[in-house]
Amino acid sequence: MKGTPIFFYIFVMWLLIIAGGALIVPIIAHISIQGFGNLDGIIDSVVKAGIAIMLVVLWILIMSKIKNWIFHQQIRH
Amino acid sequence: MLDRTIVGILISAVAFVTVYAITPSLIKALTKRNMVVKDYNKEVATMVARPGGPSILAGILASELTLYAFFSSTGILAIIITTSLAFLVGFADDRKVLGGWFKPLALAASALPIILLGAYTPHLAFPLFGSVKIPELYLALIVIIIPVMGNTINSIDVLNGVASGFMTIASFALTVCLVIVHHYDIALASLPLGFVSLAFYKYHKVPSKIFPGDSGALTLGAMYGALSIIGHVEIIAAIALLPAVINSFLFLSSVKRIVEHRQIKVNPVVHTEDFKLMASTDKSAPVTLVRLILANGPLTEKQVGFVIFRLALFSAALAIITSFMMEINL
Repeated sequence: MKGTPIFFYIFVMWLLIIAGGALIVPIIAHISIQGFGNLDGIIDSVVKAGIAIMLVVLWILIMSKIKNWIFHQQIRH
Repeated sequence: MLDRTIVGILISAVAFVTVYAITPSLIKALTKRNMVVKDYNKEVATMVARPGGPSILAGILASELTLYAFFSSTGILAIIITTSLAFLVGFADDRKVLGGWFKPLALAASALPIILLGAYTPHLAFPLFGSVKIPELYLALIVIIIPVMGNTINSIDVLNGVASGFMTIASFALTVCLVIVHHYDIALASLPLGFVSLAFYKYHKVPSKIFPGDSGALTLGAMYGALSIIGHVEIIAAIALLPAVINSFLFLSSVKRIVEHRQIKVNPVVHTEDFKLMASTDKSAPVTLVRLILANGPLTEKQVGFVIFRLALFSAALAIITSFMMEINL
């Protein structure tokens, strides 16, 4: 069927999104930073945002690698 | 519930009939003013009216204002204002080409009514694992989602009927997902998006009589983004949009910068002698969804469109499965 590797790529993307939730909700969301007084909330948010951005970068890198792997034949063509 | 069903039928009819009735007049008016562009995928030189954004916006405003008359809420108001602002950005781009960065920034500003009206919940819901409360970060997310969704739909508007057909599938999937997660009011507000897209598809399908233009594509994308935020289904909405996300991702990862499609020198798709579409063999051409679909051999424009619709249906199914997974908490 036309576009079969693309269906597979979409499915892998979906699995990665679910896996992202598994990392963010039970682990990263429960990180609590204290000891900075009034700045606790801001520092906590900055750290979590930083981890989230790193995860997004990691997600893009993984997607890029999988793209090269799945579409190697097509891209070479 | 019966009230909602009746209003749902009414606003769906208003959305569909408005676009269906207005678009032929818009095509005539645009053609008369010479607001036409060449359809490069036709063997015989064909000029097509553009932009179709005004009729799309008319359908959305008529139906959403009708809904607001029955169930007034800040959510519906935020959808109306954000969508209208995104239309203005797109319409300005249709009339005079805007710079590469100006459009995302202007679209980000279109998201401000959602924040100012407080029409959001600062939680990001994930399937199986529950949600995370991110009050500050969520504001940034709102400002990012609208331009990303708008440009994602704009970037898939490459062949006759693709953007409107794709949005029809994604929007109806979003409505089903909103019902599954029990957000009935926003499910109601999402109905016009599907019906507007469906009515516009009638004139946009192969051979196109009108193109949506940036005003049409950004209006559809921004409304979809606004619905995902206000309906609290950001992840589900992104899943339903995955084929378009892949298209943007492939394009950006091959071009490696934010650039307008019209600035690309080497076309990713070329034509065969019988005017089928064929993947370019030029290594400097950007990788796009259409180019990948064509990698196994030439296809007609209509065939490529149907492959994209099958991908959209697959993503819609994944989005619906994800909605059911939202109900499960491990």
